[in-house]
Amino acid sequence: MTQPLASIVSAGVSKFGVREGLYGRELFAEAAREAFDSCPNLEPKRDIQALFVGMMSDSYEHQAHVAPLFLDWIGLLPKPAFRTEAACASSSVAMRTALFAIASGMCDVVLVGGVEKMTHVSTTGVTEILAMASDFPFEQWHGISFPGIFGMMAVDHMNRYGTTEEQMAKVAVKNHEHGVLNPKAHFQKRITVSDVLTSRPVAWPLKLYDCCPRSDGASCLVLTSPKIARKFTDTPVNIIGSGHAQDTLSLCERENFSTMKVTKLAAQQAYEMAKVGPKDIDVAELHDCFTIAEIIAYEDLGFCPQGKGGELIDEGATYLGGRIPSNTSGGLKAKGHPVGATGTAQACEIYLQLTNQAGRRQVAGAEIGLTENVGGSASTGVVHIYQRGD
Amino acid sequence: MATSVMASSPEGTGFICDEKGSVLPTVENFYKFCGERKLMGVKCKACGALLWPPRGICPKCFSYQVEWIEFKTRGKLLTYTIVHFPPSQFQAFAPYAVGIMRLTEGPQLPGMIKNIKLEDLHIGLDLEVDFETAVPKEWPRWPRYFFKPAS
Repeated sequence: MTQPLASIVSAGVSKFGVREGLYGRELFAEAAREAFDSCPNLEPKRDIQALFVGMMSDSYEHQAHVAPLFLDWIGLLPKPAFRTEAACASSSVAMRTALFAIASGMCDVVLVGGVEKMTHVSTTGVTEILAMASDFPFEQWHGISFPGIFGMMAVDHMNRYGTTEEQMAKVAVKNHEHGVLNPKAHFQKRITVSDVLTSRPVAWPLKLYDCCPRSDGASCLVLTSPKIARKFTDTPVNIIGSGHAQDTLSLCERENFSTMKVTKLAAQQAYEMAKVGPKDIDVAELHDCFTIAEIIAYEDLGFCPQGKGGELIDEGATYLGGRIPSNTSGGLKAKGHPVGATGTAQACEIYLQLTNQAGRRQVAGAEIGLTENVGGSASTGVVHIYQRGD
Repeated sequence: MATSVMASSPEGTGFICDEKGSVLPTVENFYKFCGERKLMGVKCKACGALLWPPRGICPKCFSYQVEWIEFKTRGKLLTYTIVHFPPSQFQAFAPYAVGIMRLTEGPQLPGMIKNIKLEDLHIGLDLEVDFETAVPKEWPRWPRYFFKPAS
């Protein structure tokens, strides 16, 4: 096996959901305290050399320059802090940046995380802020919302491969089923295919229950260089593969609206680096911002052939207990999608799974995990692969 | 076929030009052309690629030599959706259709689809591009283009 890029020695996630009365900085402190408290050998002020934090929008809280702010609220001034923005992949890109810092040798212990506080803003307001991740003069200017962009992908996928609204609905049903097992999930209730199909139309063929909610939340990980991970824990999780690619901001310029080229490219890089393939993955966290996105992810990650994502959910392969359990956390759909927090929250779930701490949603004997996070209409794609390090 | 357009900048038209008076391949100039009911893109002089949205560096061959061309306004609908929860400035129109159209020349562009019953939308629908006459009072002061079933 190749030398890992970095090791995760601790992780923390705030409760996701409607966190009334709390600012983003306070949610981040909640996540950081969990990461600090569950790693007794870590002395944050002494050991952590830098913070990398992802957040999408300054508009929610009228707050820019958040890196020093979040750093201050977790007691780590005056360490260097970096904020990254890549829409829904903001904290996965923070993680990439943190890996660069560790790989360069400039840092050997860093904190990486993400935050978003969204629910105090109206649905219309959130729709407008999220739409900023699409191309202003060519998409926003023509009334194309984010659900609209994924609606256009879904129509293409249905037309090209015969994917059905029922198959998309099953993704939501599965992720809600998993969310019931995650006490930190935004939603902890089961839904049925009929609930999804009869929910209000948002951007045809996507209905309300095909869409992830707006949520408040934060997440973080303590990353170290692999050679010192055991100073902090007996059960590190190693990051053994990392990939990251970009595509046009506008969906219209793509050759094929039914695939996310960034996911394919990032997965290829990550699989090659990790020397593993899709069949080796025991548990995955996927970017199900809309149900169609999870179906496309199955295909782009090689969990099934192109066009067969709908059949994979029909088979139940991605349920807990299936061949490749996906979104055991509840995914963006049920765990929630505080945009900036999502990338590192996916990594936190894989960390729990690979250290046998996932409780009722534990995938027995999980050794290798994968996260897939996309930003915007898949203009950013990041894939990471993890392995138990004990 | 696409036709070349003289790169000129008549006084007072508001086009942003280079020092030689050629209309620069910018987003704003694209929309200024929409105000003249022209659907424009650029062609790479080096490799011949048609680029839309217009830009100054060819992503296919990295040439900086691009020239404006006018597209015919016909094409087909590649994909679409019906937006029920729009951003606030579009609420009066909801539900409305948006889609991606492939021009006969090849480039693909997104836009709103008007003058159609929503149930008549289908992939492959013949469309044409038309232009609004209204220009917003504040930035960005551009007229929009939109799609409608081909006449």
